[in-house]
Amino acid sequence: MDYQTHISVQNLNVHYGNQQVLKNITLNIPDRKITAIIGPSGCGKTTLLKSFNRLIDSVEGVKISGRVLVDDENILDPKTEVTHIRKKMGLLLQKPYPLPMSIYDNVAYGPRIHGIKNKKRLDEIVERFLKKASLWDEVKERINQPASMLSVGQQQRLCLARGLAVEPEIILGDEPTSALDPQSSQRIEQTFVELKQDYTIVIVTHILRQARRMADYVVFLYLGELIEHGPAWDIFNHPKQALTREYIKGLIS
Amino acid sequence: MERRNIEEKIFKGLMLLSTMVILSSLVLILLTVLVKGLPYLSLAMVTQVPQGGYYLGKGGGILNAIVGSLYLAGGATFLAILLSLPVALYLNVYSKSDSKFVSACRFTFDVLCGVPSIVYGAFGFTIMIFFGMRASLLGGIIAIALLIMPMMIRSMDEVIRLVPRELMDASYALGANRWETALKVVVRQSLPGILTSILIAFGRGIGDAAAVIFTAGFTDAIPTSLLRPVATLPLAIFFQLGVPIPEVQGRAYASALILTIMILIISLAARLLSKKLTRHVVK
Repeated sequence: MDYQTHISVQNLNVHYGNQQVLKNITLNIPDRKITAIIGPSGCGKTTLLKSFNRLIDSVEGVKISGRVLVDDENILDPKTEVTHIRKKMGLLLQKPYPLPMSIYDNVAYGPRIHGIKNKKRLDEIVERFLKKASLWDEVKERINQPASMLSVGQQQRLCLARGLAVEPEIILGDEPTSALDPQSSQRIEQTFVELKQDYTIVIVTHILRQARRMADYVVFLYLGELIEHGPAWDIFNHPKQALTREYIKGLIS
Repeated sequence: MERRNIEEKIFKGLMLLSTMVILSSLVLILLTVLVKGLPYLSLAMVTQVPQGGYYLGKGGGILNAIVGSLYLAGGATFLAILLSLPVALYLNVYSKSDSKFVSACRFTFDVLCGVPSIVYGAFGFTIMIFFGMRASLLGGIIAIALLIMPMMIRSMDEVIRLVPRELMDASYALGANRWETALKVVVRQSLPGILTSILIAFGRGIGDAAAVIFTAGFTDAIPTSLLRPVATLPLAIFFQLGVPIPEVQGRAYASALILTIMILIISLAARLLSKKLTRHVVK
C-alpha cells in the first residue's frame, strides 16, 4: 500500500519489565474511520493506544522498539517533541477526568496552552466544541461552574470537547464508555459516528456489541499479538483466524 | 469466636483510651492557659510595647512580640513555600516516580523533620556568624524557614501524591508540558491540602522558641528593618515565666493565650479560604 495513513505502526514491541506486552505489531490505521481495537483484557489494547501518543512513557520500566508513524513522523524517536504529537490527538480515558477548573476553562485549557489568548476567540472555540460534543445546550447557562459538578456522562462529553478544542486529527478512546450509564454511552457513540467524517478515531473496547455498532475497521489482539485486522464486516462475518472466530462467538474472553 | 470478640473489645478500649489521653491533655493545656492567663489579659497587652520595668510588673504590653512573631513566621512561611512547593512538585511531576533518588529525598526530609529546633537555631547561628550578621529578623526568618521546610515539603508531597495519574495524563494528552500540568492542574487539584501544609508549618513556626533564641534576638521595639532584632511570643512567654513575680507570670499565661488565639484565628481563616478554593477540585 503506497498511501500512508495518519497512524502507521511498524514492528512495535513493548515490554513492561520482563513481560512482553506487545509482540511485533504492524498495522495501518485507516483515516477518517472508526477503528476498534478489541480483545480480552490484558491483551495489550490500552498499551497499543497509549503508544500512539506516548503516554506510555510514564509507565515504570517500559521498553519500546519499532516505529509508530504519525503523519510520517516516528513518534517513538526520542528526539520527537512529544507535546506536538499529543496536540494532534484527543484522548478519552475510561473514567472522565475533568481538570480542576470551570467548564469553560476545561475546554479553553488546550487552546490557551497552545497560545490563544484572545477572549473572543476562546469564547468561540469553547462554544463550537461544546456543541460538537453535544454538551453546549446543557451547560451554556453555567459555563463558569466547576466541571466536577457535571454528571459522569456530561463530564465525558466535556473531556471530548476539551480534546477536540486543540484541533486534533485523531481521537483516541480507551474504553470511553465503560464508566457511563447506557444512555450516556449511546450519546458518546453517536457523537463518535458524527465525528468520523472529520477525524480518525481509534477506540479500545471490550464490548463486542459496541464494536459491531460503531467500528468500520477492527483490530483483534490476543496476548500481545495482532491476530487479525480488517474491515469490521469481514472480521465479524468472515473471520479468517480460529481465535478471532472464538472470540467473536464469546468463547474466549 | 469468644476470644476474637474479647480481642476486639480490648483494642477498641485501648484506642478510646489513647484518644482520651490526647484530647484531655489538649483540654488541660487550654484550660491552664485560660484560667491562669485570662485574669491578666488586657487591652494594653495587645496594643502596647513593653514600658520600662515591664518584666518587673510595670505597665505596657507585648505588641512587640505579637507583631514580631507574625513578621517572623509570615516571612519564614513565605520563604519556605517558595522552596518547598517546587521540591514537592519535582518529586511528583518531574522525577520518575519511586526512583531511588526520590526515596532518598523523602527519607532525608523525614530525618530533617525529626531534628530538634535548637539544632536549626544553632545551624542558623553558625551561618549568620559566617556572614557577619547579627541576631535579626532576617536571621530568625531563615532559621524558622529551615525548621519548617522539611515538614512543609513532606506534607505537600503527600497531598500531591494523591493527584490521580490520569488527571495528569489528561493534561499531557492535550499537549501540555510538565510545567503547565504541575502549575495549572496538580497545584489546583491539591490546593486545599497544600494550604493545610502551609498552615501547619506556619503554626509550628510561630510557636517555636529554640530556633529563634540565637538567631532573632529579642527587643522591646517593633522591628523596622529585616536586619533589626525581633521579639517573638514564645520567647516573651519564656522570659516572663522566668520572673518570680506572680503578676509577670500571669502575663506569661496571657501571652500564651494570645498566641493560641492567633493560631486559632489563622486556622479558621485558612479553612474558610480553602473551602472557597475547593470548588474546582475533582473527586
